[in-house]
Amino acid sequence: MKYGYYPGCSLERNAIAYHQSAMAVAGPMGIEFDELDDWNCCGATEYISIDLLPAYALISRNLALAAQQELEGNGNQLVAPCSACFLNLKKADHYMAESPELSENVNSALAAGNLHYEPGTVSVRHLLDIVVDDVGFNAIAEKVTNPLYNLRIAPYYGCMIVRPGNMKSFDDQEYPTSLDELMSTLGAEVVDFPLKAHCCGGHMTQISESVALELIRRLLKNASDYDADMIVTVCPMCQLNLDAYQDAVNKKFGTNYNIPILYFTQMIGLAFGISPDDLGFGKEIVDAGPALAKIGAEPSPKAKEKRPSKEALPMPSMGEDG
Amino acid sequence: MNEQFEPVIVGFLCNWCSYRAADLAGTARIKYAPNMRTIRVMCSGRVDPQFVIKALREGADGVMIAGCHPGECHYVEGNIKTLRRFLLLKKMLKQLGVEDERIQLVWASASEGTILADAVDRMTEQVRELGPLNWQNTVLGGGNGQGQPAPIENSPVAEEV
Amino acid sequence: MNKEKVGVYVCHCGTNIAGVVDVEDVATWAGEQDNVEIARDYKFMCSSLGQDLIEDDIKEKGLTRVVVAACSPHMHEKTFRGACERAGLNPFLFEMANIREHNSWATNDKVAATQKAKALVNAAVERVVFQVPLEKLPIEINPNTLIVGGGISGITAALELADAGNHVYLVEREPSIGGHMAQLDKTFPTLDCSACILTPKMVDAGQHPNITLLSYSEIEEVDGYLGNFTITVRKKARCVIEEDCTGCGICEEKCPIKVVDDVFEAGLGYRKVIYRPFPQAVPKYPVIDKENCTYFLRGKCKACQIFCPTEAIDFEQEDEILKFQVGNIILTTGFDLFDARRIPQYGYGRLANVFTSLEFERMVNAAGPTGGNIFMRDGVTEPQSVAIIHCVGSRDKNYNEYCSKVCCMYSLKFAHLVHERLPGADVYNFYIDMRTPGKGYEEFYHRLLEEGTHFIRGRAAEVTDAARLPGEEGKLIVQAEDTLIGKQRRIPVDMVLLSAGIEARGDSKEISQLFRMGCDFDGFFTERHPKLDPVATMTEGIYIAGACQGPKDIPDSVAQAAAAAARVAGLITQGTVMMEPVRASINEEACSGCRICNTMCPYNAIVFHEDRNVSEVITALCQGCGTCVAACPSGIITGAHFTNDQIVSEIEGILWDVRSEPELVPGD
Repeated sequence: MKYGYYPGCSLERNAIAYHQSAMAVAGPMGIEFDELDDWNCCGATEYISIDLLPAYALISRNLALAAQQELEGNGNQLVAPCSACFLNLKKADHYMAESPELSENVNSALAAGNLHYEPGTVSVRHLLDIVVDDVGFNAIAEKVTNPLYNLRIAPYYGCMIVRPGNMKSFDDQEYPTSLDELMSTLGAEVVDFPLKAHCCGGHMTQISESVALELIRRLLKNASDYDADMIVTVCPMCQLNLDAYQDAVNKKFGTNYNIPILYFTQMIGLAFGISPDDLGFGKEIVDAGPALAKIGAEPSPKAKEKRPSKEALPMPSMGEDG
Repeated sequence: MNEQFEPVIVGFLCNWCSYRAADLAGTARIKYAPNMRTIRVMCSGRVDPQFVIKALREGADGVMIAGCHPGECHYVEGNIKTLRRFLLLKKMLKQLGVEDERIQLVWASASEGTILADAVDRMTEQVRELGPLNWQNTVLGGGNGQGQPAPIENSPVAEEV
Repeated sequence: MNKEKVGVYVCHCGTNIAGVVDVEDVATWAGEQDNVEIARDYKFMCSSLGQDLIEDDIKEKGLTRVVVAACSPHMHEKTFRGACERAGLNPFLFEMANIREHNSWATNDKVAATQKAKALVNAAVERVVFQVPLEKLPIEINPNTLIVGGGISGITAALELADAGNHVYLVEREPSIGGHMAQLDKTFPTLDCSACILTPKMVDAGQHPNITLLSYSEIEEVDGYLGNFTITVRKKARCVIEEDCTGCGICEEKCPIKVVDDVFEAGLGYRKVIYRPFPQAVPKYPVIDKENCTYFLRGKCKACQIFCPTEAIDFEQEDEILKFQVGNIILTTGFDLFDARRIPQYGYGRLANVFTSLEFERMVNAAGPTGGNIFMRDGVTEPQSVAIIHCVGSRDKNYNEYCSKVCCMYSLKFAHLVHERLPGADVYNFYIDMRTPGKGYEEFYHRLLEEGTHFIRGRAAEVTDAARLPGEEGKLIVQAEDTLIGKQRRIPVDMVLLSAGIEARGDSKEISQLFRMGCDFDGFFTERHPKLDPVATMTEGIYIAGACQGPKDIPDSVAQAAAAAARVAGLITQGTVMMEPVRASINEEACSGCRICNTMCPYNAIVFHEDRNVSEVITALCQGCGTCVAACPSGIITGAHFTNDQIVSEIEGILWDVRSEPELVPGD
């Protein structure tokens, strides 16, 4: 399976571990990435809040390049590992299709660089999407040689991957479960913590640090309350916030969280038996060592399901809907 | 032509759903193109393809058949039969030079006045763009099968007469 | 060549038509057409004066056909047909041109409207000339009635009909009648004990000599038409011999297997594998749940059979198929509760102390799994604070847009019950609007205000256990915007109740197809007219009542059920009903026996006579759709009142202004 690949700026720098691990696991999963030639920054969340037209033009240049480079395989698909890049590309394509006026204006800007983009040409997808939907859990399970037994992972989606609400998403927008299932396939114990799709604060760390730190604190507290050994993310921004600012949170609130924050591709790599050095381990600020040491050779004996007391009322079945 | 061409469309509406939908559109005072003239039938399944041909022959520029949504036909499945006949009829008419958009099948339930009104508006514009059907020339006068009226001078019938 | 004398009447309808269409012009123009004897325009044709005009003209001018150009035939076809009949003219020699709903109300273009009016009038005039007198057909009405669904609506309808001396078959799919009302504890606003007011009716229905109760049964097939339905019912095997069972209950006691009761206890309690849904079940016979029974799964146990004093357990019992005739059918199949798992933000199923309304009803019921005590999911701890969230799944574009009508009232009822049984507990109702329209409902709301309930006007956004602020640890936090003070609020509570809305039954589409009637996009059965005829359906002989027609409370359900019963009783009393003569008939002499029409008919109304090699339409079964008429390759099926001649002339008439000169092609 071949895909066009848009790394985005962060994967070149602070999220290099994400890039490294994605490249490392692509082969085993049968994925070939074709990096977009001469791609530019997507403008992250800042540019769009300043001026829409140049922002969309900036984003659409990448779409135009992708269309132009006729990225082979799988019907012109462009994969972005970073949630913000992904959302920007997806939104630009969608809004250009919805608004002929925007499309016209953007294309007149692109024309200056001899580029043109017809909305709908490129299909923008997140890296998590192609892993769970195109590769599939069964194929991944087959490649797992070192299951992550005993490791309690809290899967954290961040807020961008299933937004916006008015567009089709590859997972449920209120309660996504794809990453949970993926971690479970790797053998880990999945901690379904309620704030898994809540905002990490994003760029508020730059604009209003106290607000961001509070949001980060909530996430760390919730994961910790649920006894998670680590948090696994799909977005460089989330990883940065939860990881790099953990110390600041501890200082400000007098807590002592020590939860490593890793990328899901790094965990896939570990389960595939790839060496941690090749997966960017060691680049994280909160050391993942102690958590990884918990991985056992066998799954821990399932804590004997506490026999419900005689008086307890049965819980509703969470089986098939209906 | 300085006067805009006003297409005349004959509509066969089923008593239970689409006719009531048209009634509802009127009751709700929804304004839509007056170009569709309704003929009531009990079920869209009553619409004999010969009616459609008759209407076109008598000067209609288009025919609309409207019925209940599949699965909701008052007579269980009359609308399914309409669908089958309609598809075959369109194929045949196309070969005679009658364009696709001139015969349309619309599903509208009794509460869908807006949907019917929109369908009439849309069809009126589509037929307006196609221009008058001119059955005599297009179909009978040896048209070239692409909805083009045959030049009158070359009409074999005209020659005979 | 004038062979008929047509009277044309163009109605002004005040300014409804006359304001757009030049009615005088149309009348004058109509008067000039072939066959038209007289053409008038008048302000209100449907008035008695207007009708007099028609009647007088028929008598004095010897009119043989009448056309009224006015509103939709769905409005006044009956009215004008009546006028014709009174003047001695067969009502089927009348035709209406719809120049209001389809014309004057739908456009502002006066010129186009007048032109279109002429076309529609002309179409009617051309058509009516080909119309022939028709007589209505008498249909016998079988005095038996089928009622599908044994909840409060079905029971009411059954008792009304049975008390009036008519025989009723009451079919219920669960082992006992009673429906959802049997699950409730108290009913608003009087706080009557639900079982106390329901069970006497249940007993009545079970014992009434005129009611044949078929419980634990499903309808398999429905054939026929108004007055003459043939019903096939599958009476599922209870594995209990009803004649021998005394209802002592020993089998239930001795049964060793308990399973979660998903139906009656709403998943909050248990039942045995051989069980009666509740103690006051009617009929009293238990049922074996084959899917969980040790004997059926592994061939062991048989405790119930061993202990039964009358040997009433029969594991070999088979389903029984019953067939019977009825004249009318009333559907009272009730509702399903909205599945709260569809809203993950509220945490139902994930967070232990989030309950749905039906679960809570069972909890507060004295005969329920907690004996009427309000406990948290652990079954022992009493909550100190309860949040009740209104409009779960209702008034919501993401789920159901409609309002479920009863939830505000039952939410208030819950609030009251919490105050009553847990004095001192805090109760928070999160609402959007307070919908309390019935008798005593608003007063009930005031009572709750006085009991100290906290009302927060704002749809709850989330129920979560992620504590953030002091006081939230270990609690469920409901976050909502309090729109009256314009602030976000987080209320920590011990227990959350979700007032889930009313939905149509999951299989309502299948049911409506079984009975050949319609249901809307939400699954509720479609009534004949939303304002004026909420109990009849588009299918003759089939009526609906209760929540299956739309969300409603108990008083409205009872009223509707009684109305449906009265409608049916009226038909039974009449004994014979005159059916519309719009049906098909085959000209046997010209029939070539191709049988194409046989398979076309959805009512199997066409039979083939092998001996004569011709097909024949059974008039009583024919519903008049005309599909066979259109399909016949020889064109020898006549669709009464919608014949080929009539429709073809209607087409010619409607195209009066665009018809070309007679064609060049000969042989027309």
